[in-house]
Amino acid sequence: MAKRARLRSVAFHAFCILVSLISIYPILWLFKSSLTESSKMFLQTAQLFPDHWEFSNYVKGWKGIGGISFAIFFKNTIFITVLHTIGILASSSLVAYGITRIKFRGQKLVFSSMIVSMLLPAQVTMVSSYILFYKIGWVNTYLPLIVPGWLGSPFHIFLLMQFCRSLPKQLDEAATIDGCNSFGIFTRIILPLMGPALVTAGIFAFYFSWNDFMGPLLYLSQARTFPLSMALRLFADPESVTDWGAMFSMQFLSIIPCLLVFFIFQKRIVEGIQTTGLKG
Amino acid sequence: MRHKLLSNHNPVGYLYSLPWILNFVIFILFPMGMSLFYSFTDFDLLSSPKWIGLDNFVRMFTRDKYYMLAVKTTLHYVVWAVPVRLITALLIATLLSGKHKLVSIYRTAMYIPSIIGNSVAMAITWRYLFGYDGAVNQLLMSLGLLTDKIGWITNPKFAAGTLIILSGWQFGSAMLIFLAGIKNIPGTYYEAAIVDGANPVQRYLHITLPMLSPVILYNVIMGIISAFMIFTQCMLITGGGPMRLTTYYNYYLYQQAFVNFDMGYASAMAWVMLVVIAAITALIFKFSGKWVYYEAEG
Repeated sequence: MAKRARLRSVAFHAFCILVSLISIYPILWLFKSSLTESSKMFLQTAQLFPDHWEFSNYVKGWKGIGGISFAIFFKNTIFITVLHTIGILASSSLVAYGITRIKFRGQKLVFSSMIVSMLLPAQVTMVSSYILFYKIGWVNTYLPLIVPGWLGSPFHIFLLMQFCRSLPKQLDEAATIDGCNSFGIFTRIILPLMGPALVTAGIFAFYFSWNDFMGPLLYLSQARTFPLSMALRLFADPESVTDWGAMFSMQFLSIIPCLLVFFIFQKRIVEGIQTTGLKG
Repeated sequence: MRHKLLSNHNPVGYLYSLPWILNFVIFILFPMGMSLFYSFTDFDLLSSPKWIGLDNFVRMFTRDKYYMLAVKTTLHYVVWAVPVRLITALLIATLLSGKHKLVSIYRTAMYIPSIIGNSVAMAITWRYLFGYDGAVNQLLMSLGLLTDKIGWITNPKFAAGTLIILSGWQFGSAMLIFLAGIKNIPGTYYEAAIVDGANPVQRYLHITLPMLSPVILYNVIMGIISAFMIFTQCMLITGGGPMRLTTYYNYYLYQQAFVNFDMGYASAMAWVMLVVIAAITALIFKFSGKWVYYEAEG
């Protein structure tokens, strides 16, 4: 009996290790390739340790494409991501507070409109949103990538609402008796308490913006204004890429912030997925 | 009664909801209405839209053979990618639901692909991993599972499968949702079943799965919607090929709108897609009563 249990435990761990390895293999492979000499890239490509670590790939890769350094692409990405994330947090927390703490007519309608938007496939609005932005002259600016976020995003509002609901109503009542108005309650009581949920929502906003490809593809056409997603695609163009090592080094560099955020905030991310996922 | 209703209504609520209301009107309702209008027109963005009635829809279903191909390949992708991802997620969540010391490490490793899997960097990595001289061919050959190299991306038989594997690789977030669902099932149910003499398989089939069914329903619907939207992967990994077999709906729509500047046709395509997804979702909901179990509130 004990022997069977032991065998089962070994089988369990062997299977889990195998699946874990498959899960992280592509990332380890990208890391290895970013440090492999271009001429030897596809010789022993499956193994995860090169004979020689070619750190100069990163120096060459950083120089970028067509004279535009990756410093610029990183700067563009950070600019878009930071503005987009701040906007989403500011507006979504305001809306989440309003819907959960204040009673008003049409509240349910506002809530349903969020659920519908979450389910709506993005391409339904893609073409006419583009036409709208084109007509008001926002194409080739960052505005289409940033401004909608400043008006709240249903996913983030929903996540913050779940958190707001868990805060006791007595807080609001006590503050009202002390003469605080609803905006005061929001800024002085609810917002500070929302801290952990804001971090979670911010992480999701960061991931969306950092990795967004469709948005920049539609709205940006000048290489100088490209965020990383577009620059990496240009860098990896199958017809022109020759320096594989340099190309892979920048691909890997671009996911480092995502991995760092993941390892620092892992617990928050897991909780966030589970609360929005379960109660959606 | 009237008085009570009024006292429960605080117009300040509109002020707080205003950002979202504006967002919904400007970036959802208005574009949807406009795209419905454009779907009945011939519109190239530069000249003004020309009303052509139902012609875009007629063209889709009778004259455009690439359209029907895109529909077929997309349905094929959805029908495979969603179950592959969800069944993997459910199996692994079941395995990981027990208490083992290393579980949190496994969970972390398996979740990473969901975090970065949709990035351009990972799509490009996938392109080279599955390339003709790539690591996947080398690995399979050195393990003796393959005698000749396979064109994972260029062979019509395998290209769609390569994208389905990529989707399956990102099973992590569905797994997390299943795990939370399994943990929420009250332990007393299992205790009672053990007293009644139910074996582990019976307990899984008669307690775990029914209790998990609302979560499964949620994952199925979200999975279907996101699978229909596949774009980055087919654009960057297969480029829509070989023989247009991975030119999925969304990618074809993009080409019509932003390569051919056929905005009217693309809008009509978007609306057909919306109707199809809404119909599929409604059907799933309609038949969900038969297999989804909701615990009585109370």
